[in-house]
Amino acid sequence: MVKMEPREAEVTIGSHQQSNIRLSEAYGEGSQAYSLADFRRKLRMSVVKCTDEDLEFDIIGVDPAIANAIRRILIAEVPTMAADRITLINNTSFIHDKDLTNRIGLVPIRVDSRLFENRNPEQPASSQDTVVFELHIRCTKNLQAAQDSTLPKDIYSNSSVYSGHLTWVPLEGQEMLFAKNPPKPIHDDILIAKLRPGQEIDMKIEYLKGIGKTHAKFSPVATASYRLLPVIEILEDVCGEAARRLKNSFSKGVVEIEKRNGVDVAKIVNPRMDTCSRNVLMHDDLAEKVRLGRKLDHFIFSVESVGMLPSDILVKESIKVMLGKCKSFLDQIERVRGKRKNANGHH
Amino acid sequence: METLKIVHTNEDETCMTFLLENEDHTLGNALRCMIMKNPAVQFCGYAIPHPSERTIHVRIQMINGSAIDALEKGFQDLRDMMEHIHATFEDTISAYKEEVAMQE
Repeated sequence: MVKMEPREAEVTIGSHQQSNIRLSEAYGEGSQAYSLADFRRKLRMSVVKCTDEDLEFDIIGVDPAIANAIRRILIAEVPTMAADRITLINNTSFIHDKDLTNRIGLVPIRVDSRLFENRNPEQPASSQDTVVFELHIRCTKNLQAAQDSTLPKDIYSNSSVYSGHLTWVPLEGQEMLFAKNPPKPIHDDILIAKLRPGQEIDMKIEYLKGIGKTHAKFSPVATASYRLLPVIEILEDVCGEAARRLKNSFSKGVVEIEKRNGVDVAKIVNPRMDTCSRNVLMHDDLAEKVRLGRKLDHFIFSVESVGMLPSDILVKESIKVMLGKCKSFLDQIERVRGKRKNANGHH
Repeated sequence: METLKIVHTNEDETCMTFLLENEDHTLGNALRCMIMKNPAVQFCGYAIPHPSERTIHVRIQMINGSAIDALEKGFQDLRDMMEHIHATFEDTISAYKEEVAMQE
């Protein structure tokens, strides 16, 4: 068997264990004094995919604590606008008031939360902190329906209430501010309730600014996650039938087979595609010929926005949230230092 | 808002526990990680004393110097690091978007 030398800053994946997780060394904790210049030299970033909904990017050279902070802030601390206060004027539908309001709360709307302030709960709504929507819908018989039609959507009108029925009620000055981009539900086809003739829903909804920590309806991401870059190395040539087995042990696109002097030889093409299933370790002959691992400081981030803000803006906002935390505590350091001196003076 | 406090005030300024209000693992672990990089720090750890209270305790023990200074340096290092990540991210994203626009 080939002797495996552990690599620096890489975790080795075995069939039953992960080894060489020398975290403190890999991340330089304690070994050397931290300097910003070193960090600047080490940090690398690249973008794989960036649309309004999806973002995949790599951060290389940060600590897991930092990567995790960005991920956690994305899920729970980047502010968005969501339905928070609902005035139910009339609800004669089958859905109970509590369920109806809950469903409304989970409908995301497209409004830039950065243009709003947090609302003081004691103050009335103002155009700086609230967006108002109305939902007023009544089901009736459709008199124009064909004689032989039986489907509710044909014989009644407004038998299904969709998020698209929500209408924006601009507060003072908001019409100008949002002239180009009026607030509206991100999806128009979310089913909210079903009605029958004579039933009616009438409500006023106030959207306020909040964070995912308070309620999941404020969370701006569907998922935000990261994984470490897989490392796969072939230590000894794998040929013929074994090469095909090797290829099938990994995810599609990881291993390809190339002809070398008329022999099929397996070659690692794109380790990034691998899910780290470790299937290859089930074949005793192949297990000896590969080394599996993960790069400890290479984070592959994937951020999927719900749609209130583009995903790359969300990442920028999450970093700003962290900067805000640092600033708020740094501003208090002098106060704490002074207090301590005073307390000691009294001794 | 006073969200930063010292848990016990005593003569010794090399060992201190700080209380940070309205924070959790998000800041706690990142801050711990930055403070641990300081060679004057002997130990740094954080805890959430009770799961239904939104506070964290950050304990700093120094080899020499003041624990308040180490906390300040920790926050400064974290801020500088995040600022650099922000700038790099902005550059990377705009470069990517330009490239995509060129191809279209």
